[in-house]
Amino acid sequence: MDHFPTNWGRPRNDAADPYGTYPIHQRPATKDTFAEGVQRTQQPIVTGTSVLAIQYKDGIMMAADNLASYGSLARFKDIQRLHKVGTSTVIGASGDMSDFQAIQTLLDEVVTDEFTHGDGHDLGPAEVHEYLSRVMYSRRSKINPLWNSILVGGFRDGKRFLAYVDLLGTTYSAPSIATGYGAYIAIPLLRAAVDGRVDELTEENARALLHDCMRVLFYRDARSLDKYQIATVNASGVHISDQIHLDTSWSFAEGIRGYGAQTQ
Amino acid sequence: MPDGSFAHPQQRQFNPYTDNGGTILAIAGADFTVIAGDTRQSEGYSIQTRYAPKVFRLTDRAVLAVNGFAADGNMFVKKVKQRLEWYRHAHAKDMPLHAIARLIQTMLYAQRFFPYYVYNILGGIEEDGSGAVYSFDPVGSYEREACRAAGAAQSLVQPFLDNQIYFKNQKAAAGQSHPAHLPLSDVLAIVIDSFTSATERHIEVGDGLEIYVVVAKGRSPQGLETMRNVQELSTRPDGDRMFILRRELKKD
Repeated sequence: MDHFPTNWGRPRNDAADPYGTYPIHQRPATKDTFAEGVQRTQQPIVTGTSVLAIQYKDGIMMAADNLASYGSLARFKDIQRLHKVGTSTVIGASGDMSDFQAIQTLLDEVVTDEFTHGDGHDLGPAEVHEYLSRVMYSRRSKINPLWNSILVGGFRDGKRFLAYVDLLGTTYSAPSIATGYGAYIAIPLLRAAVDGRVDELTEENARALLHDCMRVLFYRDARSLDKYQIATVNASGVHISDQIHLDTSWSFAEGIRGYGAQTQ
Repeated sequence: MPDGSFAHPQQRQFNPYTDNGGTILAIAGADFTVIAGDTRQSEGYSIQTRYAPKVFRLTDRAVLAVNGFAADGNMFVKKVKQRLEWYRHAHAKDMPLHAIARLIQTMLYAQRFFPYYVYNILGGIEEDGSGAVYSFDPVGSYEREACRAAGAAQSLVQPFLDNQIYFKNQKAAAGQSHPAHLPLSDVLAIVIDSFTSATERHIEVGDGLEIYVVVAKGRSPQGLETMRNVQELSTRPDGDRMFILRRELKKD
């Protein structure tokens, strides 16, 4: 007798051993149809590298280069990784660019939905971050993550906002945040300049600081590009700059000895 | 691919968990409880932020400290607070501490097969006015204790508490016995020393310290109000009193 009601009325499967004839370790293997059936995005393909962001006197500033890599191939060199959401928020993403585009579509839909209510309310940076972190956490809980690290920045009601969310749903807020390689290379420079001095840091200083960090990253991060954009959010709203070119000098490379291709 | 990199399908398992470091600690006195946690959040060798609270006020007399995977911790606290709000709407009073403890156990066990990777310590005042600490494992096993440390520096702090709170390996002076409960000033000194020591020896502990103190109704805060960097959080003058005490920890 098969005591499992879910098996009643179904075709018998002799491989299933319904009577427990064999000891557990000898039971014939049954094939699970779905073992390999459902496959999810489980590695990033076309990726963006670091995003940097800082708080400054009048608001927040965020920078990301224009490269989307395909593994080690610099595949798309004109991709914008900063995205305006609503009237007082900007997001910047590293990680999988197709997942990021899905997130842009999703957020734009939410902003439109809120607008059509016509109640005079719209989403500020805190709301966008809360929403995004719920989406990211729920996707990781379904073991089907959106493979990104995202910075959310904004300025609303005289208050700066800067926070992080990633594919695990981990969130935090700080005066300066960087994703990817930026967390190792740019964060020491940013913290030294920003921590405890947010209210003194002018827009020009902030812009120069991010420019320097983007240059250091371009020198050291092999998946980066010398072309980037800066987003500024302050009392006058969101502004995403045109592409900025990094001036670099490689003449020092001539003098390096001891490794590499040259023989002496 | 010509380089054969796709010859064998490449499998990379997505790991839905991470460890965000930090340490929490709670000690129960006769008529008060102290619940503390550092404010550093880290992943691997990187400090993500120097201020991410791990200790949360639940009711006028209950405080919850969470440690482990920060995303799970924040979600868990959010859900506990929501359940407590529903209880308040249904019963027009705050849920008692022992009931919150049982609630937390069932909420954790409900996720037995995809656990919240979080160590919880609940502290506060019981209905009989005594200080109480409940500690939990990630799947809901729990017990009431006099003190408990959890998190990255548990292995550094708990033995110290065993010695200083439970008087393990200490002999009382001739003709005397160890006190059952310590006064608040002694407990606060032990808590602060625990965290400064853990900060010295553990890389994931530091930056800031938040200490919540809950004092039973009608009992003296024993001079706590006059300490520096203290803020009172009590909502009613005639109920239990709650304070938060902030201290800096080394940031290296």
